Amino acid sequence: MAEKKLMKGNEAIAEAAIRGGCRFYAGYPITPQNEIPEYMSWRLNEVGGHFVQAESEIAAINMVYGSAGAGGRAMTSSSSPGISLKQEGISYICGAELPCVIVNMVRSGPGLGGIQPAQCDYFQAVKGGGHGDYRMLVYAPNSVQECVNLMYDAYDKAEKYRLPVMMLGDGMLGQIMEAVELPPMKDPKTFPKKPWATTGEGIGKTRRIINSLYIVPDELEAMNKKLQKVYDEMAANETMVEEYKLDDAEIVLTAYGTVGRIVKSSVDLLREKGIKAGLIRPITVYPFPKDAFKRVGEMPCVKEIVAVELSTGQYIEDVKLYTECRKPVKFYGRSGGNVMSPEDVVDFVLKEVK
Amino acid sequence: MSIVFQKPKFLTDAPTHYCPGCSHGIVHRLVAEALEAVGAEGHVVGVAPVGCAVFAYNYFNCDMQEAAHGRAPAVATGIKYTNPDNIVFAYQGDGDLASIGLAEIVHAAARGVNITVIFINNAIYGMTGGQMAPTTLLGQKATTCIYGRDAMLNGNPIKVSEMLATLDGPSYVERVSVADVPNIKKAKKAIEKAFRNQAEGKGFSFVEVLCACPTNWHMTPLQAVEYVKGDMTKIFPLGVFKEV
Ligand SMILES: Cc1ncc(C[n+]2csc(CCOP(=O)(O)OP(=O)(O)O)c2C)c(N)n1
Ligand code: SF4
Repeated sequence: MAEKKLMKGNEAIAEAAIRGGCRFYAGYPITPQNEIPEYMSWRLNEVGGHFVQAESEIAAINMVYGSAGAGGRAMTSSSSPGISLKQEGISYICGAELPCVIVNMVRSGPGLGGIQPAQCDYFQAVKGGGHGDYRMLVYAPNSVQECVNLMYDAYDKAEKYRLPVMMLGDGMLGQIMEAVELPPMKDPKTFPKKPWATTGEGIGKTRRIINSLYIVPDELEAMNKKLQKVYDEMAANETMVEEYKLDDAEIVLTAYGTVGRIVKSSVDLLREKGIKAGLIRPITVYPFPKDAFKRVGEMPCVKEIVAVELSTGQYIEDVKLYTECRKPVKFYGRSGGNVMSPEDVVDFVLKEVK
Repeated sequence: MSIVFQKPKFLTDAPTHYCPGCSHGIVHRLVAEALEAVGAEGHVVGVAPVGCAVFAYNYFNCDMQEAAHGRAPAVATGIKYTNPDNIVFAYQGDGDLASIGLAEIVHAAARGVNITVIFINNAIYGMTGGQMAPTTLLGQKATTCIYGRDAMLNGNPIKVSEMLATLDGPSYVERVSVADVPNIKKAKKAIEKAFRNQAEGKGFSFVEVLCACPTNWHMTPLQAVEYVKGDMTKIFPLGVFKEV
């Protein structure tokens, strides 16, 4: 039986990670995600796992590298400035093909920025924030329940493709309290075997090496091709998108994460006013739901698209790219930690679109 | 016929890429012998640094992880906490450990995490071609201090063992050298002890090894070991700095 609880987004993500098999966490405090390390510090103990308050985000991500390489289900979390520091480690993790989970509860930037919600790390998350040709599976949940659901299976996905999963939230999602259904604890005996992991037994031919160094160009190119194949396979299997009242929509609103939820209310408000509005919301922002957006671009009823985001215009680039610029795309964004209301979006549509 | 000398089983057959007269090979051997002495077979993971020893994962005959520059203690921490019964060691140069990775080594030591760290102090950045290291001696020439390290311009060398010994976390901190046979014997004992401590659950153990880099010191191998025994040992005195 599923267990029902009232939980903050940050705590729910931590609990779902543990139920999904997480037994190692390393992180460094930063608002607005502090509830994750705080929760992990006592909860991991209860389940026989290990928590480390690292000396920096750099150390934290490298502890995750070590743990994941040793076969553990490891996690780190942070918010924007801290995620910037983790980029080197993320690149190495991708190069060494290590499965793990990284949570980014995005706050407004650039620089030290502010502690209020934002979506200004979109490019960093989906286009590869560190060096090299790599990708991650990036989830953008819109509610505490969706955080739990996606987090719960995140390690299974990470291990299937041997890459990091990023949970891309924002300060709002981390702080909001909602009722959630928690799934049961997964049994580690059901986890896939990891013959590649450095569990200590290796000697001679059986030894395992976790590494991202390929000094011979052809070998590195072959490695890059292998990674691209994995990303293609992941795109074919894991892309997720929500469509709402899209069938007869003349105006399509699009947003991801918590903004996707705000905009869903705007769709209803617009419909009440007799305006045929619809929503398309990527649940995975990488892989991007290309096919669904292509369809929107090709729908004869669609007159205009509005990309709504908490940044100065990052997500809109993918919206234009994947609708192949077949429809006009207007931009409505806030930044600095300001969040639009459903009514703000309605006002924008009434003024700028109709 | 009895065997009196053979390659330790924790070294692979791969020929190393180290220069003639380089100390890395000697220390690799001492580490491999120590692993054998503490019976690490079947439960050991090493962490290679970024530096001349970057390919150490090809030479140590056990499970290995290659860390980002300076992060070996963090990587080793993740490995150890995931499988606490494994012997876990990090092998690092002075640029790796005492410059870019200083935070990681200090905090691993302060945490007292039960790992073994072998610190190769050759007072230079070997791999990148002889730039100044945090341990470069005053007056010593490097490609980024061509007239010799000047305290006013370049700061002073960092004495890592002395620094770590001020912390409550480490169980064992010793500085040794591999400049001649008597010193190699002492180094062997120290490295073995650092691994035995871990096997016995005593906590963080650290051995700094004064090493020669004839190539980037622009010396013959013989001149280089003399430099270790003379100038270098004066600034970095040998001995046990902490033992619990
Ligand atoms: C982040 C990063 N910065 C710089 C480098 C380039 N780099 C490679 S090895 C090295 C210095 C290594 O020197 P040391 O640790 O003293 O080891 P040695 O080569 O002397 O054994 C540097 C700076 C790198 N690989 N990564
Ligand atoms: S450059 Fe120096 S440290 Fe590197 S292999 Fe040669 S002698 Fe050894």
